[in-house]
Amino acid sequence: MLLSAGMNSGRRRVVVTGMGIVGPLGLGVENVWSRLIAGESGIGKITQFDASDLPAQVAGEVPEGPREEGKLTLSEWVPTKDQRKMDRFIHMGLVAATEAVEDSGWKPQTEEEKCRTGVMIGSGIGGLQTIYDASITVHEGRAKRLSPFFIPSALINLVSGHVSIKYGFQGPNHSVVTACATGVHAIGDAARLIMFGDADVMVAGGAEATVCPLGIAGFCSARALSTGFNATPQQASRPWDKDRDGFVMGEGSGIVVLEEYEHAKARGAKIYGEVIGYGMSGDAYHITAPSEGHYGAYRAMRSALQSAGLTTADINYVNAHGTSTMADDLELEAVERLFGDDAKKLAMSSTKSATGHLLGAAGAIEAIFSILAIRDNVAPPTLNLDNPSRESVIDRVAHTAQQRPINVALSNSFGFGGTNASLIVRGV
Amino acid sequence: MSEIADKVKKIVVEHLGVEESKVTPEASFIDDLGADSLDTVELVMAFEEAFNVEIPEDAAEKITTVKDAIDYIEKQKAA
Repeated sequence: MLLSAGMNSGRRRVVVTGMGIVGPLGLGVENVWSRLIAGESGIGKITQFDASDLPAQVAGEVPEGPREEGKLTLSEWVPTKDQRKMDRFIHMGLVAATEAVEDSGWKPQTEEEKCRTGVMIGSGIGGLQTIYDASITVHEGRAKRLSPFFIPSALINLVSGHVSIKYGFQGPNHSVVTACATGVHAIGDAARLIMFGDADVMVAGGAEATVCPLGIAGFCSARALSTGFNATPQQASRPWDKDRDGFVMGEGSGIVVLEEYEHAKARGAKIYGEVIGYGMSGDAYHITAPSEGHYGAYRAMRSALQSAGLTTADINYVNAHGTSTMADDLELEAVERLFGDDAKKLAMSSTKSATGHLLGAAGAIEAIFSILAIRDNVAPPTLNLDNPSRESVIDRVAHTAQQRPINVALSNSFGFGGTNASLIVRGV
Repeated sequence: MSEIADKVKKIVVEHLGVEESKVTPEASFIDDLGADSLDTVELVMAFEEAFNVEIPEDAAEKITTVKDAIDYIEKQKAA
């Protein structure tokens, strides 16, 4: 039963009225979602640069091509002359934000409406390739030739900046940087800005584009990426499977338009779902590894439940962080511990099996998947889960999507530095 | 039109993404061709690179139109 206590008690309610995705499964929310539940994978050999001398050679890259095929033609979204003023992660953010804002139909007319509309789009890393290129220019003794667009091209909060400039949104302009938890933090924090009255509408999410030499080599050095499936890329991301050997880098962006409920109702907006819970925690343990038992994840989920005024019995689906690393089983353990007997009724999947890990954008696309899981009563599958390394009573939706009643979903994201965030959404 | 003028025009078209017909000698980068202050900095750097000339900041500030750029570069090249 849904209780009305917690995060929404006496506060303004926050609903989702627009969504946008560009990522390894392509462009457009409905296109990406239908490919996801059909069990398709967006992982392939790296094409953006020659990765043949690196241990990891697969990634989830955004497919290029015509819009009607669900692919990206960047010039249709970002004018060619502006493209070189922004790193690729900003391109990604602008594409998904444009989709989301157009989908929402929100066009503030008055000065007041514009000032009540804000943006909070984060990134885990920002303009890594831009920094790489600029470093070479300086190293070659050409520091005076550095583009005046270098800094604004690399800065993480410039996605929020560009989106605000494009649409004239003059409300809170903010950005989150919490590694792989960025997307959930951005949506959760933006929802709270609306709840606390700082804004009526917030464009929120994450953007990332680090399928580049520094990004791949850096995560390779940290022993975080899959290296054993270079010949069979679509098998590389295999959360909970005993043969998993690291995550697969993905790129892209997920953006939602969050809106105060009465505001959305008054303008007759289409409402996808409601953000009802948000919880955060810190591991205080290690820079890259979660602690035994993943108590940080446990506390983030518990705190999200408390803020929603719900119990574990109310949650039907968990979109796991599940990156295809050793930490998968720790998250599983934390979910089992928190859910107790309710775990038996739970479906939990990792959509990173199909998209790879979009780092700072992961939590945002996964929040969108959670909302669509509720809309369609479908749990998206965990691909490549052939032999779980750890048995569980939780149904991890191996291989194929499942039609099942889903009213409330919880989405987890955890980041380097020991940062954890959980978001709870429901239908309206 | 001189070779320098042609090349200047080409650089302006490329960097500001404007139609060639708009790049007249009198056209102002900011007022007519939609450039902002960062665009003009980049434009001057592109001229320096393309013509192998040094354009000091105080001179760069005075280059506001297509003609200003052509004149300055022609003078440097003639010197």
